[in-house]
Amino acid sequence: MFFQQLINGLNLGSAYAVIAIGYTLVFGVLNIINMAHGEIFMFGAFIGLMLVTAAGANIFVALIGAMLGGAVLGFLLEYLALRPLRRRKVTHLAPLISTIGVSIFLESLALKIWGPQTQSFPPQFEGALMDAGLFKVSMIQIVGFCTAIVLMVLLTLLLDKTKIGKAVKATSENIETAGLLGINTSRIITFTVMLASSLGAAAGVLVGLSFNAIEPTMGMTMSFKGLAVLIMGGLGNIRGAMMGGFILGIAEVFSVAYGASSYRDAVAFGIIILILFFRPEGLFSKAGKGGRP
Amino acid sequence: MKHTFLKQIVVAGLAVMTAVSIAGCGGSKDGDSNGKSAKIGFITAYTGPGAAYGQAMKEGVDLAVDEINKDPNTKVKIDLKTYDTKLDKTEAINATKKAIEQDKVLAIEGPMTTGEIMAAGPIAQQDKVVCFTTGGTGPDVTNIGDYIFRNAIPGKLAIPQTVKKAQQKLGFKKVALLYSNNNDQMVGESKIYQQVFADNGIEVVDTETFADKDTDFSAQLTKIQAANPDVIAVAGLYQEGALIAKKAREMGMNQPIIGNNGFNSPEYIKQAGAAADGTMVATPWNPERQSEKAQNFRKAFVAKYGHEPDQFAAQAYDAMYIIHEAVEKSGTTTNRKKFRDALAQITNFEGATGVFSFDDHRDPSMDLDVLVIKDGKWTPLQ
Repeated sequence: MFFQQLINGLNLGSAYAVIAIGYTLVFGVLNIINMAHGEIFMFGAFIGLMLVTAAGANIFVALIGAMLGGAVLGFLLEYLALRPLRRRKVTHLAPLISTIGVSIFLESLALKIWGPQTQSFPPQFEGALMDAGLFKVSMIQIVGFCTAIVLMVLLTLLLDKTKIGKAVKATSENIETAGLLGINTSRIITFTVMLASSLGAAAGVLVGLSFNAIEPTMGMTMSFKGLAVLIMGGLGNIRGAMMGGFILGIAEVFSVAYGASSYRDAVAFGIIILILFFRPEGLFSKAGKGGRP
Repeated sequence: MKHTFLKQIVVAGLAVMTAVSIAGCGGSKDGDSNGKSAKIGFITAYTGPGAAYGQAMKEGVDLAVDEINKDPNTKVKIDLKTYDTKLDKTEAINATKKAIEQDKVLAIEGPMTTGEIMAAGPIAQQDKVVCFTTGGTGPDVTNIGDYIFRNAIPGKLAIPQTVKKAQQKLGFKKVALLYSNNNDQMVGESKIYQQVFADNGIEVVDTETFADKDTDFSAQLTKIQAANPDVIAVAGLYQEGALIAKKAREMGMNQPIIGNNGFNSPEYIKQAGAAADGTMVATPWNPERQSEKAQNFRKAFVAKYGHEPDQFAAQAYDAMYIIHEAVEKSGTTTNRKKFRDALAQITNFEGATGVFSFDDHRDPSMDLDVLVIKDGKWTPLQ
């Protein structure tokens, strides 16, 4: 049972990790929490679902389509809800409130388009369970987990090795200096929000696939978990978000497995409080770097 | 081309409107000639997110009113006023106020759900107008006051009958219980389950919880799988119920699932698909019941609407007949207090859902059928 629960935890954790990375990217560059991220995640799930059910696409096409859709939503979010506020140099809280507005708008829109009923991917995507002796795992869990890992590796490569990735990191470190060094920070910000949103949309498809429940309010619960991971991993720290996602997922599953399921969230969030007690800057941040990578 | 088509639509529309208005006139003339009709409000949600249930209830009620008003033995006809709440508590409150104050109804059938009657019921109670809900199954609905009635089946009635009948047929000894712990109703029903299991000598090998809106049940089910129960009992809504059934089947657990009220929805089968097979629930409506009333209702319903009635249609249909019987017994079409007292006296009423009485708390007291899902369809438990 231990290994089976470990698999369950890794599966849940990989979803948390991918969604938390989206928060982290935006926070790192813009210093704001994007409250609409959960709803973009939900839209991603629906776009993926539509591509599969209405257009008959296979799952990887659906994933890419959802990521493109997420990127478009991210662009609109940045262009309509964040940029006008940045220009006017309003208070720090204003963008937070405007992203909350976007999240409510997107949730209502989804209710209007898709209705409140829970939907799921057609059964052929569920696949059979494979017995590996110590544990059983389904094809979809493997695909979900591997996709999450691949996305994280690609993101790390993008940030560490490419020019635009380095520009993102520079902008995140200090936006004014980056501007002085000739980086078009406005464009980098747009790029980052789009990148984060497309990762959020991908997470939506992965979660929709492995837990089979896609509905307009699914973003809400996930965004709380994503926020918790963002803080635990160290604000704006990509590796922290990845590890934090897995820690939260495994902690939740094991508190059900070896404790009582009623205390699942209490245990998981208790662990986060403990971690922050000993490492207030988050698990993976170095103190003095202001939580940035 | 386009023009003629448009014209046809307009003409057809006019024809329908004329027909309806003529029929309407005919109806009211009849009402006048017989002298008496009672104004009954019917509050439901036939549009919006609850439309699947509301539409069924509306069909049931409309059929009942049609039959009552056409029956030559009818002494008092029903003058039905229908209100749509769109499954919104505020709309339910508004509809209740409108029915009571503006339309001055004798009594109300509805509102549809526990949430709506918990919001609108106190208003009717204060104004001393009967609210008779056919869908509000929550534990506290009739605690609102002595003007609140229901034939919706609360957990205290459904769960003991489901467990007992399922055990008689399947003879299980070990059960695992899974319930939603952030939903008052489900926490209450989990206690009823525990009590019933204890009374029937069934061992509870594992108790797990989840929250409404949860989507990941793998940890709980892995634990239940290790405990290896004969059946899995669930207290939850159909959304989570469907996900639990799917995940359990995916993990290779083929135990029967005992559901509660939350599972009584066509959406459960739709969302769980093949995984729904082997799920049992208690229901007042069994389409195979061999009684004249049940089969007449079924035939008339199919003839009128072209599809089979479900539980919600049957309960709403019966409720309108019960209201009508109370109207005739009370001998009044305006005295709300007299009507209430007559309604409370209803016992052994035979309807489509079987023999019905109110208990002293205005809750239903009746025999239920246990159905099991087989090949995606509700069938009587054999």
